[in-house]
Amino acid sequence: MTPAPDQPLPGLDPAARAWLDTALAEADRAAEAAEDTGTPGPAEAVGTAAPTGSGTASDNVAPAPWELRFAAAGRHAGRTHADAVRTLLLQRARAPLATLTRLYRHGTAAERRAVLLALPDRVAGPGALPLVEDALRTNDTSLVAAAVGPYAAAHLDPHAWRHAVLKCLFTGVPLDAVHDLERRAHKDTELARMLADFAAERTAAGRPVPADLTRALNLTGEES
Amino acid sequence: MRIFDPHIHMTSRTTDDYRAMYAAGVRALVEPSFWLGQPRTSPASFHDYFDALLGWEPFRAAQYGIAHHCTLALNPKEANDPRCVPVLDDLPRYLVKDSVVAVGEIGYDSMTPAEDHALAAQLQLAADHGLPALVHTPHRDKLAGLRRTIDVVRESALDPEHVLLDHLNETTVKEAAGSGGWLGFSIYPDTKMDEDRMVAVLKAHGTDKVLVNSAADWGRSDPLKTRKVGDAMLAAGFGEDDVDKVLWRNPVAFYGLSGRLQLDVPPPADLHEGNSILRGGE
Repeated sequence: MTPAPDQPLPGLDPAARAWLDTALAEADRAAEAAEDTGTPGPAEAVGTAAPTGSGTASDNVAPAPWELRFAAAGRHAGRTHADAVRTLLLQRARAPLATLTRLYRHGTAAERRAVLLALPDRVAGPGALPLVEDALRTNDTSLVAAAVGPYAAAHLDPHAWRHAVLKCLFTGVPLDAVHDLERRAHKDTELARMLADFAAERTAAGRPVPADLTRALNLTGEES
Repeated sequence: MRIFDPHIHMTSRTTDDYRAMYAAGVRALVEPSFWLGQPRTSPASFHDYFDALLGWEPFRAAQYGIAHHCTLALNPKEANDPRCVPVLDDLPRYLVKDSVVAVGEIGYDSMTPAEDHALAAQLQLAADHGLPALVHTPHRDKLAGLRRTIDVVRESALDPEHVLLDHLNETTVKEAAGSGGWLGFSIYPDTKMDEDRMVAVLKAHGTDKVLVNSAADWGRSDPLKTRKVGDAMLAAGFGEDDVDKVLWRNPVAFYGLSGRLQLDVPPPADLHEGNSILRGGE
């Protein structure tokens, strides 16, 4: 979990570039301060990644400056760069699980997406799974797509992972978003059964079977 | 005709409404947080609502080619419930979000001391966050409520020119304009204002700083009232530029005071059999 290199983010205009430079310096200072004191961040209770719940006393402690930048990335860097800027800030601040959880819980959909995208580089074990599971319960396809990346491939249990694949098919998220699909689908007979049942349901309804479904079924190596 | 509805509660509306609004020319809207009809009983209920206005609702709007922004606040009615008032302490962490373009709806409902406090505190929050404020004028005792509202705005740190006074009518427009604020008119099927009265106000007052909204919500209301005002303006002899000023440029100018408007939502590309909001279980 080394900090990501300062990515060039080509396309940022000079004002956005200057804004990002300041934001990254703030993130660096937060990372260094946490290292010096051995604490993960301001008012951070180290705990589980419960994605819901509210009203704890620490909710309204003044956020670190870089966290305000994290919230404001869309309007300063532009929407097309916001994901990259936010994930870079999470890397540079070396945001630990407790911070990631709070930022997800307090975040807009765009901020939640950035937290999900940062998980593979920030969290080693399965501790952030509640965030992934929360995102997979939504019908916001930008969240669903961000939830099925490398972190989910590494940590989701087989049942949850199969439902994630099915959720993508239901909501129109291309299966290209599912990291490691080929490896995890291989010889997964239960996934094959679920896909075949889904295909049968669509056929019975006179509706087309998504091409991605056939592709995933082929990857299982099972006969449909 | 390009339309920006500066006040509509899409949480209470269906995807059919989004589709009809797009077809009528609506390309952007602002959804102010307000009362849901059923009273809330805790700040947590506000949190979920605010999160929806920052997550699910913009996602829904984007499926139909409409840019969605919101205004957040403790509304005047629930400012009177001590169980809800603590949400004021949570507002700062929401007001920094990208798609929050004002503090609102704030203002008066019954003109109580609790409402005085919430209004003043939230005008200060707007000033602190570089945001304008959407101020609702009361349905009952409207003129007195407007006067008291203007007084509180004058005593606040917020520039009166960063305030949109909403739900105005023939009896309140003159004093509202005198305050330096922007002027909002909600067009309803039966109450508040109708299209023809709106056109009469525009003829008498002019188009400067005037915004027209549908304020459509869970009650009897019509999300296409903005378009109907545009059509009524054209029928009454206003030019297309006048219509564009009232229905697009004025709301863009007012909410643009936040520096946070992003209006570049791509047109609806892949309407899945006419309904792209899939249900994860169809």
